[in-house]
Amino acid sequence: MELTTVWFALIGVLWAGYFVLEGFDFGVGMLLPLLGRDETRRRVLINTIGPVWDGNEVWVLVAGGATFAAFPEWYATLFSGFYLPLLLILVALILRGVAFEYRGKVDSPQWRRRWDACIIGGSLVPALLWGVAFGNILRGVRLDARHEYVGGFFDLLNPYALLGGATTLTLFLLHGTVFVALKTDGPIRRDAARLAVRLAGPTVVIAAGFLLWTQLRDDDTGGWILSGLAALVLLAAVAAILREREGLAFVGTALTIVLATAALFVTLFPQVMPTTLPGGEGLTVTNAASTPYTLTIMTWVAIVFTPLVLCYQAWTYWVFRKRITVEQIPPVHA
Amino acid sequence: MDLARWQFGITTVYHFIFVPITIGLSALVAGLQTAWVRTGKVEYLRATKFWGKLFLINFAMGVVTGIVQEFQFGMNWSAYSRFVGDIFGAPLAIEGLLAFFLESTFLGLWIFGWDRLPKRLHLAAIWLASIGTLLSAYFILAANSWMQHPVGYRFNADTGRAELTDFWAVLTNSTTLVTFPHTVTACFLTAGALMLAVSAWHLRRGRQPEVFRPGLRLGAWVVIVAAIGVFVTGDLQARIMTEQQPMKMAAAEALYETDKPASFSIFTIGSLDGREEVASVRIPSLLSFMATGSPSGEVEGINDIQAQYAARYGEGDYVPYVPVTYWSFRLMIGFGALAALIAALALWRTRRGRVHSGRWLWIAATWAVSLPLLANSFGWIFTEMGRQPWSVFGVFRTADGVSPSVSPGEAATSLTVLTLLYGVLAVVEFGLLLRYSRAGAPEIESPAESDDEADRPLAFAY
Repeated sequence: MELTTVWFALIGVLWAGYFVLEGFDFGVGMLLPLLGRDETRRRVLINTIGPVWDGNEVWVLVAGGATFAAFPEWYATLFSGFYLPLLLILVALILRGVAFEYRGKVDSPQWRRRWDACIIGGSLVPALLWGVAFGNILRGVRLDARHEYVGGFFDLLNPYALLGGATTLTLFLLHGTVFVALKTDGPIRRDAARLAVRLAGPTVVIAAGFLLWTQLRDDDTGGWILSGLAALVLLAAVAAILREREGLAFVGTALTIVLATAALFVTLFPQVMPTTLPGGEGLTVTNAASTPYTLTIMTWVAIVFTPLVLCYQAWTYWVFRKRITVEQIPPVHA
Repeated sequence: MDLARWQFGITTVYHFIFVPITIGLSALVAGLQTAWVRTGKVEYLRATKFWGKLFLINFAMGVVTGIVQEFQFGMNWSAYSRFVGDIFGAPLAIEGLLAFFLESTFLGLWIFGWDRLPKRLHLAAIWLASIGTLLSAYFILAANSWMQHPVGYRFNADTGRAELTDFWAVLTNSTTLVTFPHTVTACFLTAGALMLAVSAWHLRRGRQPEVFRPGLRLGAWVVIVAAIGVFVTGDLQARIMTEQQPMKMAAAEALYETDKPASFSIFTIGSLDGREEVASVRIPSLLSFMATGSPSGEVEGINDIQAQYAARYGEGDYVPYVPVTYWSFRLMIGFGALAALIAALALWRTRRGRVHSGRWLWIAATWAVSLPLLANSFGWIFTEMGRQPWSVFGVFRTADGVSPSVSPGEAATSLTVLTLLYGVLAVVEFGLLLRYSRAGAPEIESPAESDDEADRPLAFAY
């Protein structure tokens, strides 16, 4: 296999990992107003992701860095082209990250309310915008012959991409709800399970609609298969929710996200950022790539260190595997 | 272009307020916790918890501002990213894979793992996070050093970009090898000064001397040892810089005419445009020694180097903005040295078990926390501004690197938003650091053993 293909696949893996992991983080953040009736319950929610959210966020940093190293043209075009949406994502991630650490540091309801707003908004905005960004990548954007984005901000807000945004938003919300049902106990667990059932219908419709639209546009055999699998697994996840099999349901939503991301990357391949501009030149794994020498080095680094990272991250989840209840939340912040 | 430069300057200097504290303090906290695990003395545990809390308040800011650093090359400097991506992207990606995962995962384990992990494993978590911060520093400095002194690459005329030919050469760049210890020792100086300052504040009020007298002594020792390291590595760095970027050394002194031996001015009152010098205090031969290692060495002046560069790279202005290079170089050294001086005084006045000291020394020691932070900022301003007009020295100009597809309106929006956001967060973070510094070290109670395992409150919760 060509190294450029390997790296395209690896970047797909990084994004899939990011969406699975920070997907439920974002979901938990968005659930504060839905499941966090009182302060203790909000703290239960936040503490389900407390030890892991930061490590989850690194996936996007590595995805960005890997894109820079393996496909510099893609990195340059994407990040300068989607300038304002990315700025919004950055602001959201900054506020959200600080909020987790700082909300308990001052004992004042108003202080906590403000940081809660940062957590909710900071989770909702990226959950929506990552989908919009990927929708636009698949749809193609106005790139000129020098691979520069010449479209405007509002070109990015087209119906297809917005449906992509709705897909990530609802999928992450459902994923997060299932995660809360899996990680808590008592009334909050029951409420999460009930909410997951209510979210399941709209999520299935929106996600299936987006994947179907993608395949009707691009008609890729691998894409069809993966999209179909994603839809099936999502339905299985919903069935597991109804039977109160939370672990299975979580595996289901996680797998749905992996399959849907894979469907998008497989459909996109071998392009990485197609152009819709006549006379423009789109980016492909070939014309966006680094030299074979750089890719070889990066491949070795990835082969050696990725399994290690996966091992210790998985171990973290094992260490913090216990369910959290309102009784376990200490009355004062440590 | 100017907007992008301002944004890079502001976000980078801001990010580097938090980074040195993170790098230095993580190791110091790990050291204190090691002392606790080995001796079982409760003071060490209290110190670990106290400094650990300040470390975490600071770490959060370092993390979130770091995301901007990773993405803004592509956002504002897309032409630069296209040109250097083949080389520059690799250390950034490796930094993420090796360092960021290590830091964030093991810090999560450390914060929440007090009651979930065996003592020694929990201790290992903070050490691994600390090692992660050092790895991160190494790879990012390798990337930056490549911009100061590009090695292991060739220019490919067909693709119009710089391409990697020897990755090992990039990792073992002579510039990296001196910049890394210089930066890391500066990080320890910064963290040591923080410890010194907070301890001095408490000691002045006679609070918790059992925690803060050792804290003061530890902080002061760290500052002094680190200052020696900074000095030695800075000296090595100056010589390498003179060799690789003579213009930067000349601009550091505002030395327009080649001189042998060259003197070093402590300060100058004047316009620094090379035409007139109103007054300056000078130390003979010092610049020659800094630049060449010999008191009689020749140091090239700005005018000669400008003429050489014009011949080599074509017509153009190759002189950085001299007032900034001149003053940032002095302020970096001055603030660093002042911090070391205050630390030495604090150490002297607390020798052999003494606790009390003059009020002014305690006040000076408290304010000393700002000195290394200023020195760090000026150091980076000097090294980056001194390289101008190049972004990759001798290869790629800053002016050619900016994103063509980003409109001035977008760049202005982003600059305004980030500056305002960073301003607000600075106030919040500073307020929290003050609040938790003043609160002092926690009293440790032994946990009740009889509780039912399942309902026991979490040892730490957000």
